[in-house]
Amino acid sequence: MAITRDEVAYLAKLARIALSDAELDHLAPQLDQIITAVAQVQEVAAAGIPPTSHATGLTNVFRGDEPVPCLGPEAALAAAPAVEQQRFKVPRILGED
Amino acid sequence: MELTRLTAAQLSAALAAGEVSAAEVTRAHLDRIAATDAKVHAFLHVAADAALAAAASIDQRRASGERLGPLAGVPVAVKDVFTTAGMPTTCGSRILDGWHPPYDATVTARLKRAGAVILGKTNMDEFAMGSSTENSAFGPSRNPWDLDRVPGGSSGGSAAAVAAYQAPLAVGTDTGGSIRQPAAVCGIVGTKPTYGGSSRYGVVAFASSLDTPGPFGRTVLDAALLHEAMSGHDPMDSTSIDAPVPPVVAAARAADVSGMRIGVVAELSGEGYQPGVTSRFAEAVELLESLGAKVTEVSCPHFRYALPAYYLIAPSECSSNLARFDAMRYGLRVGDDGTRDAEQVMALTREAGFGAEVKRRIILGTYALSSGYYDAYYGKAQQVRTLIIRDFEAAFGQVDALVSPATPTTAFGIGERADDPMAMYAADLCTIPSDLAGNAAISVPCGLAPEDGLPVGLQVMAPALADDRLYRVAAAAEAALTERWGQPLLRQARGLDA
Repeated sequence: MAITRDEVAYLAKLARIALSDAELDHLAPQLDQIITAVAQVQEVAAAGIPPTSHATGLTNVFRGDEPVPCLGPEAALAAAPAVEQQRFKVPRILGED
Repeated sequence: MELTRLTAAQLSAALAAGEVSAAEVTRAHLDRIAATDAKVHAFLHVAADAALAAAASIDQRRASGERLGPLAGVPVAVKDVFTTAGMPTTCGSRILDGWHPPYDATVTARLKRAGAVILGKTNMDEFAMGSSTENSAFGPSRNPWDLDRVPGGSSGGSAAAVAAYQAPLAVGTDTGGSIRQPAAVCGIVGTKPTYGGSSRYGVVAFASSLDTPGPFGRTVLDAALLHEAMSGHDPMDSTSIDAPVPPVVAAARAADVSGMRIGVVAELSGEGYQPGVTSRFAEAVELLESLGAKVTEVSCPHFRYALPAYYLIAPSECSSNLARFDAMRYGLRVGDDGTRDAEQVMALTREAGFGAEVKRRIILGTYALSSGYYDAYYGKAQQVRTLIIRDFEAAFGQVDALVSPATPTTAFGIGERADDPMAMYAADLCTIPSDLAGNAAISVPCGLAPEDGLPVGLQVMAPALADDRLYRVAAAAEAALTERWGQPLLRQARGLDA
């Protein structure tokens, strides 16, 4: 088995997705099947073959550092789930203690 | 004059000659959408008022003597992955339901600047992950050839809209085949331009090293006109290529393959390919030969590893890109009742806001990038990507363009592959190599499979920045095939007749 139900539960936690038990039961065997299939890449990728992260070959792309108009606070906050004092209002990020 | 049956090129000529107004053209397409979209469900949002206002403005500018480009007054449908100021952008996801982006994607802005009239936003697999539109949170689109079949995906709404005569043109994005596969199974033309040839700015990211915006049309020339209007260097996208747009419109008009060397990819055939797909493809190759192309068989031995490499690279990039949906600054927020902390709210929001396929891919990508597995999975997939690029380089050393079927099968039934990820992924078997290599590819209709009467696509692939070759080959095939059929293939679509 390439991946266990517990490992899938841990990955979901890392990815910040609160999967239900029913979803875990369903997803874990599917992911096991997919990972087994994609592991084929290990058959041909011998040492010494350089990796490709993107195909254009472009590196260090620059553009002029010129000020341009940007969104005002109203537009920037227009889609926010919650706003307070012209800021994004978010749930607490620190524990009680 | 049945305005919705005209091609973009014909509409452009009629508009320029003053035979018809942009308002009339727009109204005809909005009427067609109103009459058919309950069946097709190509659109997630129809922007009727904005479209009519844009059309009126074009008519006014034309009346005042202004010289306008070829797409001025021509309607276009936009995949719901492109940001559009003043219209919702959902990416087919609950997590973005009701989101109105504050800015236009570069492609959106270029369409507006060209005077194209945006009819609305089209349905798609959630965040462009899928091959059928069944992963849309808002229900699947349907294939105008047979409403019980999928229109392909992820840009299935765009393909279905064009095939249903709701729009002459549409834009989509191709990451693993999401333009060419729906074009093939809907019997229309769709192009994945060279990666970096069209801007990703304002395209909600799925897999950034692969995502490529491109055009749909009912003819090769129409696709070329849209390709030219939407493409070109964009300083807002650091992966945009600073080079002129290849002469795609001229190539589509030339439609000449005499003397061209065309390679048939040996590995994109055989087991898993539907007999009717194989036979129509073989006939198309014979046709190209009869038109003067020099056809040879070419081997690309690593293409069989393209699908597994893709299903490591794309999920890895998606797991990183979709981390932005954190319920803090925009989009859905679930469970913020004052007792939960930010991480709990994030996890509840992402659980409620993402569909099954998106969750599958985020978890798969998180796995492939995690410590201890990175080298064995993501690293190996990146090496395979190099091998596929080398296969293409060797092939393009011998031939000018490569051909294959665009998809292994015709349109499959709605629900048929919905809970079988590997079967669904196989729909992109032929299209993925060009995405990994970042080169250019097109799908053009080449007939109906005898066993089911559904369209088959011929894929043409060309080196990066040689997009014009696609149009040369596809237009030659289209002209000869249309003459053989006696009418455009799409005239045989009967799904909306009942």
